[in-house]
Amino acid sequence: MLEFFRTLTNNWDIFSRGFLTTLKLFVIGAVGSLTVGTILATMRVSPVPVLRGLGAAYVNIIRNTPLTLVFAFLVFAAPKLGIEIAFEPAAYTALTIYTAAFICETLRSGINTVPVGQGEAARALGMTFGQVLYLIVLPQAFRTVVPPLISMLNAMLKNTTVAAGFSVVEAGAIQAYLSERGENQVVTLFWITFGFLCFVVPLILLQRYLERRWAVVR
Amino acid sequence: MSASVLYDEPGPRARVRHRLVGVATLGLIGAFVAFTIYRFTETGQFEPLKWKQFEYEAIQLQLLHGLLATLEAAGTAAVLALIFGGVFASARISDAWIFRAPATFLVELFRAIPLLILIFFGYYVPLQYGWHISNFWALVAGLTVYNGSVLAEIIRAGIAAIPRGQAEAAYALGMQKGQVVRLILLPQAIRAMLPSIIGQLVVLLKDTALGFIITYPELLYVGKQMGSRLAFDLPYVPTYLVVAAIYIGMCAIMSAFANWLAKRGDGKRSPAPTPRR
Repeated sequence: MLEFFRTLTNNWDIFSRGFLTTLKLFVIGAVGSLTVGTILATMRVSPVPVLRGLGAAYVNIIRNTPLTLVFAFLVFAAPKLGIEIAFEPAAYTALTIYTAAFICETLRSGINTVPVGQGEAARALGMTFGQVLYLIVLPQAFRTVVPPLISMLNAMLKNTTVAAGFSVVEAGAIQAYLSERGENQVVTLFWITFGFLCFVVPLILLQRYLERRWAVVR
Repeated sequence: MSASVLYDEPGPRARVRHRLVGVATLGLIGAFVAFTIYRFTETGQFEPLKWKQFEYEAIQLQLLHGLLATLEAAGTAAVLALIFGGVFASARISDAWIFRAPATFLVELFRAIPLLILIFFGYYVPLQYGWHISNFWALVAGLTVYNGSVLAEIIRAGIAAIPRGQAEAAYALGMQKGQVVRLILLPQAIRAMLPSIIGQLVVLLKDTALGFIITYPELLYVGKQMGSRLAFDLPYVPTYLVVAAIYIGMCAIMSAFANWLAKRGDGKRSPAPTPRR
């Protein structure tokens, strides 16, 4: 039993480093993908056909590409094009590029739930497309899609482990380090799982809380 | 009639403005594409040497084997995940807590753990106890429990959406709970949820690419091998372009099929779910 906890305490350096990197990837990836996802959603609902097509093309290509391939492209192929990118920034970029496509689609489904009267009233007041979208429609859309958005971010949190396959020392890479130190692999995996649950469970609780609190009364 | 909540049908001036924005965007895309092509030529991506390896039959076979390895893992995991999903969805709506509690716990747990960690469990735990397990089964085990759990939730949502009269009528005919679930609820739930289920199978297919991390020789792994050949001047870029095209093609066909099913089924969807106690 002591052995069990020792695996964690003796290797606290690796565990803390790994999970801090995971947290960093998660926060940067979340901010990045929410920003890019909102821009993409704007493009997909805009009155300009070219922008709509471009947004649709991006979403359809990225959604059908494995995240691992996005990582591989940035890490192995980009340097060959003379784009030198370090492992960690490559990881943020890959997570952002990939998750943004899903966030865009979620936001777009939220925009469709906003009653038509809202947009019409805003236009009747003489608001421009941008004002209608950012002041009236998106805030309401955002409220409806908070639960699925948090699910997306939760999926992204789990996806950060893919970075372990591309030389980033985050929670998914702890395993490799500790197997070199000869630790019991099962115990190591248990602690990694426990660490992830510490991240995921609060997110799920937040999701439920916001779902109750922000439920849009219609 | 306006096409969207967000803007009116554009008038002549707005149309001109949209066209200008469109042209400007096209210009930007054109510039981006031109720059990409320039970088490609600059860095010699179009050198015949880099593309030459695709002309060899052995290399084409290697790609094909990678594709087959991907499809084999995805196919096996898809079948197992569907079975897992059906069984666990049934267990979660069982009357006996002895089935319900563990099923609920496992489904929630597997959905909270990163897939890569689940694959590591499949790979390293047997090693720790001296059993040998191939990386194929480690990958399939991880894919099965993760996607099976997601499918269980999808199927459960489908069961919840079936009008209550269906189950009530079945009970009235004297069926037992097991029969009701197996003969009445599951088939209807799976049919109604088919688009979501296929959507999840697309995710499963994409996730097989994680096999590359535990050196399962799937498409991406083969791609990395091919890209690192010095003899062809490290053709990473061409190889990944080819690999990406294969993945996108496969997934897009499946996604399109799911969309088509969703559209086709719209008219025949069961009515809105009755609230359950």
